[in-house]
Amino acid sequence: MAASSSGSSTLKRTLCTFIRYRSVRCVRQCNASIRTVCTSGSTSQLQPKIQSKGVSSQLRGVVGLEIHAQIHATSKLFACSRVAFCSPPNSSVAFLDASLPGTLPVLNRRCVEAAVITGLALNCTINRKSLFDRKHYFYADMPAGYQITQQRLPIAVNGSLIYSYFGGRKRNQVLSRCVRIKQIQLEQDSGKSLHDDQRSQTLIDLNRAGVGLMELVMEADMSCGDEAAAAVRELQLILQTLGTCQGNMSEGQLRVDANVSVHCPGEPLGVRTEVKNINSARYVARAIDYEIQRQKKVLENGGIIVNETRAFDSKSGTTIPMRDKEGLQDYRFMPEPNLPPLFVYEDEASVPAGVNPTQVVMIDRLKAELPELPGVRRARMVDQYKILPEHSFTLVNEDGLTEYFERVVRNTKAEPRKVIGWVMKELLGNLNQQSLKLAQSPVSPEALADLLNVLESGHISSSAAKVVFQEMWKAPEKAVEQLVKELDLGLVSDREKLLKICQKVVDTHPEQLNVPTTKSNLLTIGGLDLESHTKLKWKNTLQADPTLM
Amino acid sequence: MLSLSIGEVSAALRKGRLSATELCRRCLNRIRKTRHLNAYITVTEDLAMKQAQEAELRLTRGKPLGPLDGIPFSVKDNFCTENIETTCASHMLRGYFPPFSATVVQKLLDQGAVLVGKTNLDEFAMGSGSTDSVFGPVRNPWSYSVSYREQSREQDPDSDWVIAGGSSGGSAAAVASLSSFMALGSDTGGSTRNPGSLCGLVALKPTYGLLSRHGLIPLVNSMDVPGIMTRTVHDAATVLDVLQGRDEKDSTTVESAYSPSSLPEEFDVRDICVGVPKEYHAPGMSAETLAQWGRVVALFERAGARVKEVSLPHTQHSIVCYHVLCCCEVASNMARFDGLQYGHRSKVDSSTEALYATTRHEGFNSVVRSRILAGNYFLLKQNYDRYFVKAQQIRRLITEDFRRVFQSGVDVLLTPTTLSDAARYSDFIQEDNRTRSAQEDIFTQPVNVAGLPAVTVPTALSSRGLPISLQLIGQSFQDMKLLTVANWMEQQLDFPIIRFHDDTDQERECKLGS
Repeated sequence: MAASSSGSSTLKRTLCTFIRYRSVRCVRQCNASIRTVCTSGSTSQLQPKIQSKGVSSQLRGVVGLEIHAQIHATSKLFACSRVAFCSPPNSSVAFLDASLPGTLPVLNRRCVEAAVITGLALNCTINRKSLFDRKHYFYADMPAGYQITQQRLPIAVNGSLIYSYFGGRKRNQVLSRCVRIKQIQLEQDSGKSLHDDQRSQTLIDLNRAGVGLMELVMEADMSCGDEAAAAVRELQLILQTLGTCQGNMSEGQLRVDANVSVHCPGEPLGVRTEVKNINSARYVARAIDYEIQRQKKVLENGGIIVNETRAFDSKSGTTIPMRDKEGLQDYRFMPEPNLPPLFVYEDEASVPAGVNPTQVVMIDRLKAELPELPGVRRARMVDQYKILPEHSFTLVNEDGLTEYFERVVRNTKAEPRKVIGWVMKELLGNLNQQSLKLAQSPVSPEALADLLNVLESGHISSSAAKVVFQEMWKAPEKAVEQLVKELDLGLVSDREKLLKICQKVVDTHPEQLNVPTTKSNLLTIGGLDLESHTKLKWKNTLQADPTLM
Repeated sequence: MLSLSIGEVSAALRKGRLSATELCRRCLNRIRKTRHLNAYITVTEDLAMKQAQEAELRLTRGKPLGPLDGIPFSVKDNFCTENIETTCASHMLRGYFPPFSATVVQKLLDQGAVLVGKTNLDEFAMGSGSTDSVFGPVRNPWSYSVSYREQSREQDPDSDWVIAGGSSGGSAAAVASLSSFMALGSDTGGSTRNPGSLCGLVALKPTYGLLSRHGLIPLVNSMDVPGIMTRTVHDAATVLDVLQGRDEKDSTTVESAYSPSSLPEEFDVRDICVGVPKEYHAPGMSAETLAQWGRVVALFERAGARVKEVSLPHTQHSIVCYHVLCCCEVASNMARFDGLQYGHRSKVDSSTEALYATTRHEGFNSVVRSRILAGNYFLLKQNYDRYFVKAQQIRRLITEDFRRVFQSGVDVLLTPTTLSDAARYSDFIQEDNRTRSAQEDIFTQPVNVAGLPAVTVPTALSSRGLPISLQLIGQSFQDMKLLTVANWMEQQLDFPIIRFHDDTDQERECKLGS
């Protein structure tokens, strides 16, 4: 945008494309979208003492997380502009988002509700009164020169998150952990800067500026990458279940910063570093484990840990220091004077006179609408259907899978433990093989239930059922009975017919007769050769009623 | 005609004795004629004529939109006006055309009022003289009045003129020089009342939260209010009724349900208790201002009102408290002016930081820059408790002082508005902006700290032939009650209409109008 002209027409024109300015970048290597306060008081923390090399093995990692979750809402936190991904640059920018002078923030109730719902799901205390503050720093994609956040009194505090992960030697043990949630605060997202180093230009897109974020601060209750990644995954699942955040990490809807330090158990915490911009749960684990190892090595070699901000480089799998001075920045916090305190109410009775109850956020209403949370659902699955705990994880992790499973169970006589096998093996196997989402599955839960009913009735064998399943996958329009008939997969129950077949096999393969005749051997023999010696298809040999063999 | 009140001119428009276009044309002529006052930054001539024509159509059909239909007004140039340049009298915003109008401006336009121009001010409303504008200082119209010229020893008015007060000096000069019937100012520490007082106008600072700040480019968000400048208290009440009320775009506004829409017909001054704060006997107050204060106190007493001396012990700390809070919010509010999205952008672009620094250095005057610097200092982590938090605590004490006084049965407080009548420009600029602001805001600014409504009413001319005014302070959201008392006071005082020493057609116009 030209320096001199800034009329509204120019402004509107500008807002449909990138806002650009010439720049020579000198500070920032990685574009941290949201800066957070760096570890106060950490400088006074002790460097773990290393007496001998052997001690380093006693050093333990200490991990805390700060997670920014974009609130799933149609409009932004303080403006009516749409929240839209992948739309043309600066096409969803309200006057407030561009920080035009004279604009004022107006709080979006949906965002408050999302934070309260999330707080309730994470066992937080919801503050009946919370406050907004301004956090100041200059950055081109933060046009007001400050971010509105909740530094002094956030909307929710003192919660906890229970998460589980597979640990132990074989990684098959379900380990359960709890991390404390220090607080959840509402704040604005920033815009995005695109640096064109070749032309010394910076392009700014404000579509994301002002989108509502929940910053969740997890206490340093974790000790390794696996734990942190599991906590992130569990949080992601909870947010998705609640619908308060879509949780797609690669799209930046969920962004993780990790505070990592090492110490010897029983001793004060060590100096921590902050690893920023981790955009997948897998990278969370890798970044943290790398950082713990790095710190251990530094201490082992007699070095000291510097309180700094580092970035995770997914290509090399390492963390590298960010060349900015954010750690030294003073954010000059100040109360946001344009927003009165945010009040939420317990129930209708606690809403003061003169306040319209339909316009306020009421906790009991939101509580009543809380969906079944992943942890509760897993426990119920194990309890109600007697399935294995690890299966309950798979059921809950895959969006809609629990519902699918339960619909099959409702519609079939088959035992839930049998159903789960089919869901885990056949259904998920096929989905994974073809990289499909559950919603794209050609086999509906009712169809699977039909198949299992046919199987239960003894009309087909379980291996034949698997064949039918594959056919159903290819031709979802056909009913199970139709497929069974078409493929001629019904069990051969005619004794005479079976005898003839077997005789033929035996006759053509006298060498096989040395093998002791057992039921399974007979089947094998048939399986090997029937195709070539009879007009029946190979598969058909298995359809003999086992009791008759 | 131009010196009529809104009530009078509105009646003339409705009765067809005057056409809206004729009225508008005369105001525009008047603006041209008084250009030396430097009251306007932008004159919206074409738009005004178009609006006036529309108003005329409605008026001739007998269907005016309201009491302001066809009335010319002006707006301080720190209120956003859609597609009309809005500069804050700063290099930073020269050439900035906002894409929306401030709520208060829009409300006036929706009532058919005719916008004739945007008025001059101290840069970003920081000042008390309207002398620190990138467009040059505003001259007080009274400098050219018969009453002032007669006593001035200087023959050339251009070498002896007095300031209009500030920071809404342009708005005050516009109404006082008879080119607008009303004007919007903004009032953060007295910026509407101070120039209103020095220019002999009625200037109302409404209760914080009664009028929307949406579209007002902020100075101190927690103290800013749009101010109303008119020639009579009645006019101020008319405009207040149009502007008051909750605005969805400003979360700090409240419903005006308990604020009546007009001045009551019946009012008995004997039911009123007037408080006179003893702390307002400040050093530096002129003998004439003191005399006027005494005179009006006596007026109330004679009429049967209860008058009692009250104490506001923490008021003395108000200026320091204000200084800290103002600088902090200024530092924060001004952070957005980085030259990237709008406004001035420096040509120095060796790095993003250099671009910021030079843009801001070139764009802001030294007053703005020094407040930003101070504010950022006060907000530093190590200073926050010592300055910002302390100032907030003192703010609470000042507010409590007022609350206690009003709880004791006092209805309104009567105080001077300024220390004296308007200073000569050459004298005023002997001191820097900060010193002047601290001096000039002393009576007006505690009201902003407490969020209360206050109105200044001119009482008499000084021996220099310049207006002296007094201020009435009311209780929160009792703005109409406050204006009721002010209205009574105004009627007892009979403040003279301005007469210009070189203006012959004004007299003719006056006759025409009445």
